[in-house]
Amino acid sequence: MFQRIRERISPTDVVMWLIGGGLLFLVVWGSIATLIKGTYTARHWIDFIIFGLAQGSVYALIATGYTMVYGVLRMINFAHGEVFMSGPYTAYFVAAWFYRTGWLDTNPISCLAAIFLVSMSVSVTIAFFLERIAYRPLRGAPRLIPLITAIGASFFLQYLFRGLYGSSFQAYPDIAMLEGHWVIWGIRILKFQAVVIVAAIVLMFALYSFVMKSRIGKAIRSVSEDKEASALMGIDVDKMISMTFVVGGAAAGAAGVLYAIMFKQVHFFMGFIPGIKAFTAAVLGGIGNIPGAMLGGIFLGLVESVGPSLFLDGLGIVAPYQLKDAIAFTMLVMVLIFRPTGILGERLAVKKA
Amino acid sequence: MNQDQSPWRYAVNIGLIGALTVVMLSLIGMVESFSKRDIIYRVVTMGNTLLLLTAIFLSYLAAKKAGREHAATAVGSAILTAVITAAGVALLVAIGKTINLRMVFINASPVLYQILTFYIGPKGIPLVLLGGLLSGLAAGLLFLAPPSIRKTIITALSAVVIAGVLQDMLRPVIALWGPLAKINLFLFAANGLSIKGAIGLFVVVAILVYVWGQKGSAVKTKVQGLPAGQQRNLKLASMLVLAFILLVLPKILGLFLSEVLTIVGLYVLLGLGLNIVVGFAGLLDLGYVAFFAVGSYVVAILTSPELGFFSMNFWTALPFVIAAGILSGVLLGVPVLKMRGDYLAIATLGFGEIIRILVLSDWLRPWIGGAQGIGQIPNISIAGYTFTTPQQVYYFILAGCLLVGFISWRLRDSRLGRAWMAVREDEDVAQAMGINLVATKLMAFATGAGFSALSGAIFATKIGSVYPHSFNVIVSINIICLIIVGGMGSIPGVIVGAFALVGLPELLREFAEFRLLVYGAALVAMMLLKPEGLWPDVKRRRELHIDEDENVAEAEEATVSA
Repeated sequence: MFQRIRERISPTDVVMWLIGGGLLFLVVWGSIATLIKGTYTARHWIDFIIFGLAQGSVYALIATGYTMVYGVLRMINFAHGEVFMSGPYTAYFVAAWFYRTGWLDTNPISCLAAIFLVSMSVSVTIAFFLERIAYRPLRGAPRLIPLITAIGASFFLQYLFRGLYGSSFQAYPDIAMLEGHWVIWGIRILKFQAVVIVAAIVLMFALYSFVMKSRIGKAIRSVSEDKEASALMGIDVDKMISMTFVVGGAAAGAAGVLYAIMFKQVHFFMGFIPGIKAFTAAVLGGIGNIPGAMLGGIFLGLVESVGPSLFLDGLGIVAPYQLKDAIAFTMLVMVLIFRPTGILGERLAVKKA
Repeated sequence: MNQDQSPWRYAVNIGLIGALTVVMLSLIGMVESFSKRDIIYRVVTMGNTLLLLTAIFLSYLAAKKAGREHAATAVGSAILTAVITAAGVALLVAIGKTINLRMVFINASPVLYQILTFYIGPKGIPLVLLGGLLSGLAAGLLFLAPPSIRKTIITALSAVVIAGVLQDMLRPVIALWGPLAKINLFLFAANGLSIKGAIGLFVVVAILVYVWGQKGSAVKTKVQGLPAGQQRNLKLASMLVLAFILLVLPKILGLFLSEVLTIVGLYVLLGLGLNIVVGFAGLLDLGYVAFFAVGSYVVAILTSPELGFFSMNFWTALPFVIAAGILSGVLLGVPVLKMRGDYLAIATLGFGEIIRILVLSDWLRPWIGGAQGIGQIPNISIAGYTFTTPQQVYYFILAGCLLVGFISWRLRDSRLGRAWMAVREDEDVAQAMGINLVATKLMAFATGAGFSALSGAIFATKIGSVYPHSFNVIVSINIICLIIVGGMGSIPGVIVGAFALVGLPELLREFAEFRLLVYGAALVAMMLLKPEGLWPDVKRRRELHIDEDENVAEAEEATVSA
């Protein structure tokens, strides 16, 4: 009996469980210590949670792009963060123009619609050409090669946009309609955060039903199941892969505008960290799984927003908010170690992952 | 691209890509910024060269598509491509003159339009198209020329362009050559090559290349025909010459170029370490900079009097640095043992960022300095001799490179090295063959991390201080790039890659803003066109081109049976 257990469990497993257990202990201890200390009131926690939801829903939208591409090509589209950046950065100029002409204040809804449209179409274009030029010739190449190409494409796009639009931060104009706050059931919620959350949920629902119900969505899912069989069924595989990038790009472009509404600025480097975060979200939810990516995104947003104060403050760490990215990445590594299939994970063969 | 596409269609497609490229190059400010440097004084600027090379390269591709058998089609499609490319420039100028593009594209300045139209305004547009036509014609003819002549022309032209681009470095170096310093007067004018200098250089290089093309193979066979003993002597002699050159290099090159050499040397060190992890063992590690940071910080904490913990000297600190590097390699290696490919890459990227964020945080500030870093790291000294100037540090880095290069060369063909390569090719099969995956992978991480920590330590003493911002994820990406561009798993490839990706950008400092753009493009282009790298490992090249070889073999069989 004892012998059998010993054979099953390798020393590295033990080390990993120790690390995981240690972290879990720290998290629990830190949380309890924080709650006992009571630095934060319920109001604070509610604000953290709403901010986390808003941020998380943006991550969720980006993450769907990662997950869909991973589903059809089994590759991490490292440049997806730049697809996300390209849309709102270009739409900034439209927004600034609307602001100068004063339309942004007179009819904000149609202006916002136009901004979304521009952002999404730019992101879609970038995603489409990215796949056509950089990824399509590499079908069937060894696994590292598309990944390296994606890294190259990511840097190329970043600095392309830097060259085109300049390297300074551009401040998105304020939209008067989204200033201030609402009070719902006694909870004070900033208007723009509410709008971001609602818009993201609507978009996610649209995307999900597109993928589940429409012809193209079904074809995409079929391609991600089995390329050869789909081709035999008369599905144009290359076209569906392009469509995957297009749909993912549209989601990223929309997410970009929401991000710009939340953080009020755009920059050529703004895609990098949200890109990695969204990838984390996709892994968290189980890569290849669209509802999983959405759930993962929201979960990550919440942890990032609540985590520093909850886990770290109680441990006596100074300026815990600086470590929010470290929390996100630690979570990524922990998920990759202990549950690589994610929360709602599709069972990926080890060989594929 | 579709195989049975007509060459004309292909020419149009590729011409559109060309038009997009030149418009992009103009709008991101590359053309304008490159135009400040003349290749040939008052005749051709770097900006012109950039546009011309784009047009010629793409139309050459178009001609290649048409094939040598259809000479007229080849030249025609080359011209078509180049003209479409030029039309892109013309269109940009026409639009830019009517609408103010500067509201969005900050680099669409009036100067840019002046440059694009040869400084004569809208009247220059026909000239632009004519230029396109001529470059297409040149590309077409170049394609049709016999290979020996084509090679001669391309090499000689590249020599002229390189001499023009690197003029600021070449001039002071040649000036040190005593009586030969007069070459400068002949070769260079105020900014760029002089016309006679350019022609002279072209002719000399052309003759050399042509003669080597004719006689080179004869010399090679002669060398190979020599008895083994003499061959070894010849090899030894060339090694000695190389060693001598390496030793006197800083004296020849002067201060600035020696500084560049030390930076390249540091990246060679880093590259050799990562080459073991990525190139040999096939574990894509995007958080490699973490170990570099560990090395730098350990040396800083141990030696810097600013923190006042230890104030050791470099040599007593060195064993601790290496040990810390190896330890961190193992510590970060254990959790990722079971991951492969993409997951491993992302997990290591996460690790690298975690380390950087921790170092940057206020939480650890009392121990490692936070955002301000640690200063006053003493220079390295041996027996009272201190390495301070770049020319002195160079020798230290050279010694490090030689040591690490030697170790990785010996490791490559050792039992461990072969185990790494087996793991790279197929983990499951390797395990079935009796390779201990855990030990092998951890050894790869530990060795790579040790090398990285060593270069981190040298880096910290060279700069004299450490800051968290030196350990950005960009550094990891840089090192990955140089390994890939040089050729994965190839030791000379690392050196070539470091010179190409670190040395060259250092020399072209004034164009630093385009560095990462070019990196990204180079990486993509490399993966699409030449995934094995510039100086590939023999085995790896065979692997990546296995299909082609098979295709060739099949095609040959088919022709034989027909």
